[in-house]
Amino acid sequence: MSIWRDIKGTIEPFWITLRNMFRPTVTIEYPEVRTQLPPRYRGRLILTRDPDGQERCVACYLCSAACPVDCISMQATEGEDGRRYAAWFRINFSRCIFCGLCTEACPTLAIQVTGDFEMANRNPLETVWEKEELLVDHCGQEPGYNFYHHAGIGVTAARGENPGEDKPVNVKDLLP
Amino acid sequence: MPEWLVILLLIVAKLGLIFMVLLTLAAYLVLAERKILGRIQLRPGPNRVGPFGTMQPWADLIKLLTKEDFIPAQADRWLFMLAPGLAAVTALLTFAVVPFGPPLSLFGHQVPLVVCDLNIGVLFFLGLSSLAVYGMALGGWASNSKYSLLGAIRGLSQLISYELSMGLALVPVVMLARSFSLTDIVMAQSAVPFALVNPLAFLIFLISAVAESKRIPFDLPEAENELVGGFHTEYSGMRFGLFFVAEYLNLIILGSMLTVFFLGGWMGPFLPGVVWFSIKVLFVCFFFIWVRGTLPRLRYDQLMHFGWKILLPLSLLNVILTGAFLLWRQG
Repeated sequence: MSIWRDIKGTIEPFWITLRNMFRPTVTIEYPEVRTQLPPRYRGRLILTRDPDGQERCVACYLCSAACPVDCISMQATEGEDGRRYAAWFRINFSRCIFCGLCTEACPTLAIQVTGDFEMANRNPLETVWEKEELLVDHCGQEPGYNFYHHAGIGVTAARGENPGEDKPVNVKDLLP
Repeated sequence: MPEWLVILLLIVAKLGLIFMVLLTLAAYLVLAERKILGRIQLRPGPNRVGPFGTMQPWADLIKLLTKEDFIPAQADRWLFMLAPGLAAVTALLTFAVVPFGPPLSLFGHQVPLVVCDLNIGVLFFLGLSSLAVYGMALGGWASNSKYSLLGAIRGLSQLISYELSMGLALVPVVMLARSFSLTDIVMAQSAVPFALVNPLAFLIFLISAVAESKRIPFDLPEAENELVGGFHTEYSGMRFGLFFVAEYLNLIILGSMLTVFFLGGWMGPFLPGVVWFSIKVLFVCFFFIWVRGTLPRLRYDQLMHFGWKILLPLSLLNVILTGAFLLWRQG
């Protein structure tokens, strides 16, 4: 009879909730207890250096192009030896969605994710990180990789000074 | 010391004690509810403020007091401001007739442990519990918001569908105790509590009491996933806090009413009367919280159907049966 089923269906849940009251909780009480993060956890972004201690970033803008929320911006410039680097490099972490697409786009393995996620802040301006704060003095997850060893810096002298090279042109002079 | 001064002082002391105990208990019931609901859902509940979260009610109080007291531009100002007070005052007033212990001998006086032993205590309780709905209805109406109005209308029609069976469930109690005074009703249960004498009336009153407290499964006036917040949608700050306190005061009141009418009030072996009374009231409060953690909300028409077509005929039948039984026993 359906009325017995209804009464049973009203009484039974009480037993289940009563039993639940005496079972251990599943909550991880965060500041005191921390879990083991997965090895490929995607947290705060860093800019790593190559084994020689030079910046890996060559300011190619690929990370900023790959970023779905446009939180990475930079200005490319070139050193005396022809090596490219970022004049400034800025990540707005209040926009960042920690998708890791920038690390996949990076040809020199410069930008990498870390396991750090404790970046809460009362001042929104402090969630914008500049190059000095992003740059670390280790190789991150890719030790021993040096982009210029593979690609060849080649440019010990300034551009156009190497044998067989033309002087660089000022593109603005070519305009009609 | 003159006679009248002693009596006056004793009344003031009783009033102060009841106020303190009730308001503190209401605040800690909120914490207990959050803790117990948490445990039912396998989480610890509030545990940040003080050891095991015991200071949480005070943190809530500070939060509510420092929030903005917002009054909507189109609201009926005076009714809007009065309604939460009405809800809390009716809840507090009901406790005037609740006997929470056997009479006490103090300074050679016989002090009854009840603020005012009215000989129509049952009617006083029923009248105030009907008045309590005004706080909600007027608050919902005065907010001038559609969600509040819907909540208030639901509350009113919910009231008329459960209150009838609630009153009728008390008729057998009055018939058995032959008195409207709550003290006499407790005295009549010195041997067997009425819950065992008349379990049907107990069940009907229990269900009606859950409906009266406007909590799950009968929390249609609030129904936060249909009506935002129901009748208190537009309320903020301490005015909302008063509605909140009134809900938990109501819980204690209904718990003590259930204790007085059906569970034998302060009667019990070994322990003093006041302790028995508190144990019973707290157990009923726990049961209400347990119900909240267990059952889903009824649909609106289900409540009306249940109230009018099942509870009301059952309680009428129960009145007739009890009367027949009493007549038969008299011979």
